[in-house]
Amino acid sequence: MRFWPRAATPYPQCIMEAMALRIVHLFPDLMSIYGDRGNVLALQQRSRWRGIDVEVRSHTAGAALDPDWADLYFFGGGQDQGQDVVGEDLQGPNGARLREGIASGAAALSICGGYQLLGHEYVPDGAPPIPGAGVLDVRTTVGSRRFVGNLLVKSDGGALVGFENHSGKTYLGPRARPLGRVLVGNGNNGEDRTEGAVQGRVIGCYLHGSLLPKNPWLADRLIGWALERRHGPVTLAPLDDTAEHAAQAQAMEVARART
Amino acid sequence: MIRTALAVSSGKLARLILNRAGRGATALPGLVALAVDPLALASLTASLEHGAVCVSGTNGKTTTSRMLADIVRAAGWAPVHNRSGSNLDRGIVAALLADSSWTGAPRSNVGILEVDEATLPRVLARMAPRVVVVTNLFRDQLDRYFEIDALAKRIGGAIARLPASTTLVLNADDPIVAQLAHGHRGPVTYFGVDDPKAGGTVAQSISDATRCPRCRAPLQYRRVVLAHIGDWSCSACSFTRPERGIAALAVELSAAATTIRIVAASGTVEAVTVPLPGLYNAYNALAALAAAGVVGIGLPTAARALASFRPAFGRLETVQADDRTLRLMLVKNPAGFNAAIGALLETGRHPRLLAALNDRDADGRDVSWIWDADFESLAPRVAHAFVTGLRSRDLAVRLKYAGVAPARIEVVDGWKDALVRAIGAAAQGDEVIVVATYTAMLALRDALADMGYAGRFWED
Repeated sequence: MRFWPRAATPYPQCIMEAMALRIVHLFPDLMSIYGDRGNVLALQQRSRWRGIDVEVRSHTAGAALDPDWADLYFFGGGQDQGQDVVGEDLQGPNGARLREGIASGAAALSICGGYQLLGHEYVPDGAPPIPGAGVLDVRTTVGSRRFVGNLLVKSDGGALVGFENHSGKTYLGPRARPLGRVLVGNGNNGEDRTEGAVQGRVIGCYLHGSLLPKNPWLADRLIGWALERRHGPVTLAPLDDTAEHAAQAQAMEVARART
Repeated sequence: MIRTALAVSSGKLARLILNRAGRGATALPGLVALAVDPLALASLTASLEHGAVCVSGTNGKTTTSRMLADIVRAAGWAPVHNRSGSNLDRGIVAALLADSSWTGAPRSNVGILEVDEATLPRVLARMAPRVVVVTNLFRDQLDRYFEIDALAKRIGGAIARLPASTTLVLNADDPIVAQLAHGHRGPVTYFGVDDPKAGGTVAQSISDATRCPRCRAPLQYRRVVLAHIGDWSCSACSFTRPERGIAALAVELSAAATTIRIVAASGTVEAVTVPLPGLYNAYNALAALAAAGVVGIGLPTAARALASFRPAFGRLETVQADDRTLRLMLVKNPAGFNAAIGALLETGRHPRLLAALNDRDADGRDVSWIWDADFESLAPRVAHAFVTGLRSRDLAVRLKYAGVAPARIEVVDGWKDALVRAIGAAAQGDEVIVVATYTAMLALRDALADMGYAGRFWED
């Protein structure tokens, strides 16, 4: 592997050329509906366009997760029927390995079902709670109403726009802070106007769309966090995001006018 | 029944007014009739001499039902068929109304009813068709239907309440569809593709069924045709791809036609050709042939009808415009997109593309699905892409991340302007591939009609 310690050169562009990003896509066979795969494509392409090597590996239930390998975990949404298998896998040794990986500085992005399963628990109606991986200080209970529609959020790094489709209502504990404030849509629970959660380098939210391609600032924030784990703080080269910003603007207009 | 007569006459009145106003009447009259008599569906189909065939599934239902309508016509029957593709219960009732006298007596003698898969449970609760065909079940507009497992359960529940007089025609290669026979009391005919050369061995990223619908253990595939369609079996329980009553032993694909070899009732192998490209049209033909067999129409008649088949609205139909050929492909979900794109790429084309993405209810309000569609296979082959529609910019970003150079992607606002640009950029004699979601395709068809290139679709 080509790897330069940060101190070895004063030129950040030299570091860029030598960098590599390792992504683990968690349960792509069961937790990959609603186009969440686009987030992995965005992370890959935006890294490649900057000359950063990218490798993506899939983790499927039953295989052993290597806590040392990944710089970034992606965990998408799935059908309810896939979540029992995934939940079981995370209650075993793989849950501990994921927590270890995140404690070592890996970043994570989770959407919808993935977001719920990174929390403490998911409480279904009239059934015992399903424990989550516990890397986010959030709890989700099942709601009586399904939140389906465009979702527009104001976050610290800019706007985020996407599409929500969930009946779970997620509430944040003191160690997580909201990813943003809901401008249009329902967000975490339809009550407190918050959307998503951030805790360290772990992000969870309800934004499908896919999220990262048309909200590129968040993609770059995650790439930066992930590279930091093995390469120290980095400055990413800017990209021409004209098309991405146009898509975001169009989606924001749709969210405001037709939701 | 007075109520039915009232429903029929109020529905027909609505149709008369719409026609006078120069509007297509594909659904509203049905809505009016259903409001007066919720059981209009059963009463309007009860006196059809050869009964009714419901054709449903995520993809292929329009093409399959049109094939079947052509086949029954070739057998000398008169079908009533919601051929405009208006396939919710109101659209079905509207087609039945248009076919009936003012007292509700049908002029036709067989019903070929295309039914939206989410509407199928409700339709089956109100009528017992002679045949129910299910082509496949893929993830579609998740904002409307939510999850495919939940939808399959609802359809299975409705099927379990059907009488034993209903025959099911199911895709053996789709485990979710094969499972629908589980609670059925009547006969089942399965169809499938047995050609070992059809499809690959690698599971595709859009697969909806990686687990057994019965026991949740992982499914094993000896061959994957598209998404979760293929030669499957459960790794743990006894659930496996059922025996095919009608199977394509071999499939030959070309730029303009698909030929399948099947075993006829006499035991000889017969070739059946449909003048449409794409492996998925082999499945559509198999479904239509299987249903024809169930209602007693022989293979020679059916094969003759399929040989002169003309595609439906946006199903690879062609429109001539200034010496250029527009090939229109309606897409609404990743599986349909991949199948349509596969049909193009099989033939070695380097298409000029006009892609239109809308996010109205009929398109699916969530455009996320474009990220599941395999634009990566298409990207290296795209000579130039024009994008338009309410969510054109999402589509431009999708193409960019699939690897199409930004200089080859052009966003054009306005349906007519987009068509003018795409047609103008193609050389004489060239083909422009038009890929669009439902309401975007309607808008493009209207614009083409205004430009004098095509008829409006309800005149079809």
